[in-house]
Amino acid sequence: MRTILCLIRKEFSQIGRNSLILRAVFIVPLLQMLILVPAVTFEIKNVRIAVVDNDLSQTSRGLINRLGSSEFFIIEGYAESAARAEQVMHSDGCDVIITFPAGFEKEITNGGVGRLQVIVNAINAVGAQLSWSYLNAVIRDYNMAITVTPDLTELQIPPPAITVSNRFWYNNMLDYKYYMLPGILVILVTAISFLLSGLNMVKEKESGTIEQINVTPVGKYQLIISKMIPFLIIGLADLSLGLIIGKIAFNIPFEGSLLTMFLGAVIFMTGLLGLALFISTFSDTQQQFMFIAFFFTMIFILMSGIFTPAESMPDWARKFNIVNPVAHLMRINRMVMLKGSGISDIAAELKSLTLIAIVFTSLAVWSYRKRI
Amino acid sequence: MKRFLGFVRKEFLHIFRDYRTLIILFGIPATQIILFGYVVTNDLKEAGIGILDNSKDEITRSITAQLMASGFFHLETELQSESEIDALFKAGDVKAVITYGDNFSRRLTSEGVADIAIIADGSEPNVASLVTSYASAIINDCIMEIATEKVIFRIPVIPEVRMMYNQEMSSHYMFVPGVITLILILVCALMTSVTITREKEIGTMEVLLVSPLKPVQIILGKVAPYFLLSFINVIVILLLSWFVFRLPVKGSLALLLAECMLYILMGLSLGIMISTMASTMQQAIFISFLGLLLPSLLLSGFIYPIEHMPVIYDYVSFILPPRWFVVIIKSIMIKGSGLSDIWRETLFLAGATMLFIGISLRKFKSRLE
Repeated sequence: MRTILCLIRKEFSQIGRNSLILRAVFIVPLLQMLILVPAVTFEIKNVRIAVVDNDLSQTSRGLINRLGSSEFFIIEGYAESAARAEQVMHSDGCDVIITFPAGFEKEITNGGVGRLQVIVNAINAVGAQLSWSYLNAVIRDYNMAITVTPDLTELQIPPPAITVSNRFWYNNMLDYKYYMLPGILVILVTAISFLLSGLNMVKEKESGTIEQINVTPVGKYQLIISKMIPFLIIGLADLSLGLIIGKIAFNIPFEGSLLTMFLGAVIFMTGLLGLALFISTFSDTQQQFMFIAFFFTMIFILMSGIFTPAESMPDWARKFNIVNPVAHLMRINRMVMLKGSGISDIAAELKSLTLIAIVFTSLAVWSYRKRI
Repeated sequence: MKRFLGFVRKEFLHIFRDYRTLIILFGIPATQIILFGYVVTNDLKEAGIGILDNSKDEITRSITAQLMASGFFHLETELQSESEIDALFKAGDVKAVITYGDNFSRRLTSEGVADIAIIADGSEPNVASLVTSYASAIINDCIMEIATEKVIFRIPVIPEVRMMYNQEMSSHYMFVPGVITLILILVCALMTSVTITREKEIGTMEVLLVSPLKPVQIILGKVAPYFLLSFINVIVILLLSWFVFRLPVKGSLALLLAECMLYILMGLSLGIMISTMASTMQQAIFISFLGLLLPSLLLSGFIYPIEHMPVIYDYVSFILPPRWFVVIIKSIMIKGSGLSDIWRETLFLAGATMLFIGISLRKFKSRLE
């Protein structure tokens, strides 16, 4: 026990000497969170519409006004022909083109159907789908409005009214900051502690100082533990810093218990650091470690569902996420912070994290060779 | 010139004899493109839904059936009362609950009104907004059907839609170019960011400095082998996006390759710049990894479109080269644009490359003293 404490003290004095590390550990997350957290929204608004109005009638103008006054759309401009409008879309000047054919109003007043041509830039498929369904909703309202306007057609019985309303729990304004902060925090904690601990070990290998420890009677597990605890503490400090920023700068709610969240974080960090040390035992150079770390952290992050929903991923990816520590911690953080989930709600995640921690730490101890 | 070529040869030997790193360098981008191409998508499929239906009549059943038939949702559970929702959301598998008003059909026929509420878990706003808008669209279609069945109701305006550039609505069109952009800049910058610091740390830098090589030759000599490596990576990545993800190359292939070369050159010079500024490898790795990862993930428009961000981020992301490359690569591959459409973005990339090399040269010289 005393050996471990001494070793930990040694690590801390080494880290404390290095002003860059301290900056990287505390200033970088601070800045990135302040800048990046408010950036992200997935709200569809201000979809730019180009109108080609070959009808120039009251009906077409009525619909255009309705679209323009909707919060989702802005009427970017009018084009004289469909071809011209497509050019505008090509150079990214608009997202949607609506073409009213000549005789549009006449068709409707004669009891026929006025057909609108809509072109949506669908490179962003989901965005296009959403714009299209909003557009449909506006047109549906318009249909309701004009069918009961007596001067257009004979009065008809309005259809039975079923109202559909939306409510969002835990985040009723769908504020993306609530969603991004726990995610970005997990990424920063992951990247920082993974890099710090692994590079620390590989650097000792590269510069040869690890041999000095290897000739001492320090045991393998003592060494691994002493290489983990300092970075565990740094990671938790980063997590706390992030939560404080979230509270002060963004007023993010914290519904659940801090203790539950930190319990998850400690188990997570143990697994993550175990993996970092395991990888470091078979990396010869810092460069190699950096690339392997890059490989794993990127996979962990992008597959975890931090940015895109994990439910949208193929089945094999969702199976992979069982061994992905970042996915578990991300879920825990969001659930505990925003929904106030308790231990029983996150039991499955905690169990997986514990298993991951045991496996990776054992691998790290097992693969470490006290060789000179 | 001969001296320079000799130096380049030495650099090549250094890199190519370390076959372990080489495997990593070729393996990482290829694996990540395939993985992320499949994984990074925001298509809604099989989202868990709860149904709270106390009337269970013909209309509510048919609406529920339509929702489930769409493929976007799957019925996770049926609830008895609204008080169960909180526990369900806290456990996390149900993304939204659709509740029908009591005595749905009866009220609809007698009073002419009825209501449906979609209650979504807002802790994941992207899923919540997708679920609610897809569900509302389906429910509204059902309502229209019911309406046209029950009364003579004419629909005057019918829109017909064409999904431009992406008829199949494949989400690969949005995300694969973004993944390419992200991986190329990170791999390129990481590769070169340790080169010069490594020499400094090992002490071989002094040997280089006393050699008759000029700083610009040293820098270019360091970049050259990595440029070749990255270019092979580009080819592999483009082939994968073509064969695996069926991404078209509608524009000129030559232009696409030229733009990719410019982009990797930019990434490599960014790495070199970091390398000349950092004094240890650890520093260089931290700057290039931590400094680039999140900004290029979030502010390049790769996952989250910049148009939807607050206006100030339009300017913040202005200084990020990945943002421009995403536009370039999407325009050439999917829209078939030519240089005349993307010259501004190209100019920006070229400017950034020059800036990075310029700063590297300045920083490098100061070390000579």
